[in-house]
Amino acid sequence: MGTGALAETEKDLLAALQRGDEAAFLSLVNQHHSAMLRVCRLFVNDLAAAEEVVQDTWLAALESLHRFEGRSSLKTWLYAILTNKAKTRGVRESRSLPFSALEAEPAVDPERFHPKGQAWAGHWAEKPRPWERVLESQALSNELLAHVQAAIENLPESQRTVISLRDIEGWTSAEVCNILDLSETNQRVLLHRARSKVRRALEVYFDAKAGRT
Amino acid sequence: MKADTPLTCKEIVELVTDYLEGSLPDEQRALFEAHLAACRGCRTYLEQMRQTIALTGRLTEEWLTPEAEQVLLNAYKDWKNMPEG
Repeated sequence: MGTGALAETEKDLLAALQRGDEAAFLSLVNQHHSAMLRVCRLFVNDLAAAEEVVQDTWLAALESLHRFEGRSSLKTWLYAILTNKAKTRGVRESRSLPFSALEAEPAVDPERFHPKGQAWAGHWAEKPRPWERVLESQALSNELLAHVQAAIENLPESQRTVISLRDIEGWTSAEVCNILDLSETNQRVLLHRARSKVRRALEVYFDAKAGRT
Repeated sequence: MKADTPLTCKEIVELVTDYLEGSLPDEQRALFEAHLAACRGCRTYLEQMRQTIALTGRLTEEWLTPEAEQVLLNAYKDWKNMPEG
């Protein structure tokens, strides 16, 4: 990211794209499709409309591909085109991203800790129970992954986008901050809230599996 | 919170992401690790956050439909045949 020169592999990729390498183009399109849809849906509610915006982004990118000199990363360039198009298209344009960042939202139910004024105030009253044994018995079952997916879908939009880009798409925090125009602190708060809620949903699931509720 | 006050479990669970992101200042990081060394509940909690991240990472991404891929490939072929500029 940033303003430095492109990494070697990106230079090769850009050169391949500019000389018309169809396989390189398809691999780039597929690599970014899912993340582009996620970013786009921050601005565009409707999935079909978001898919059109992603499509338009590629067409616009092709129009200026010959002129792209690699002063920013390909990713920064692509997502700048995408967010411009998405904002123009978006009915929800007026919304700014970190809307849920500032309300207090504890990571864990306060009831799980000893109350103020008591011995051990703020320490676990009901400790989390390790997941290893349940995880071993049904590691990566479809049911478990569906549960994770559902927990993520239930998150507020900004939290869902940040956790998806970081933990599913594998973006760095710098990339998320840069492309979504978030401060590092807000990015971390959104990620923290999101991961904490997904952990909580898994805890409910695992405790039920282990026969305790 | 004062720099030399030990952290409570309730504070630890709010610092987990900062810890995993490597963004805790040195002093707080030392307090965090000191608490962890003495508290099994918080070690379990941290491990669960790592497991949560790993499980999230196993979710599959949405793929382009073959039709959409074909539209883009055709656009790219057209682009190749256009004069530069």
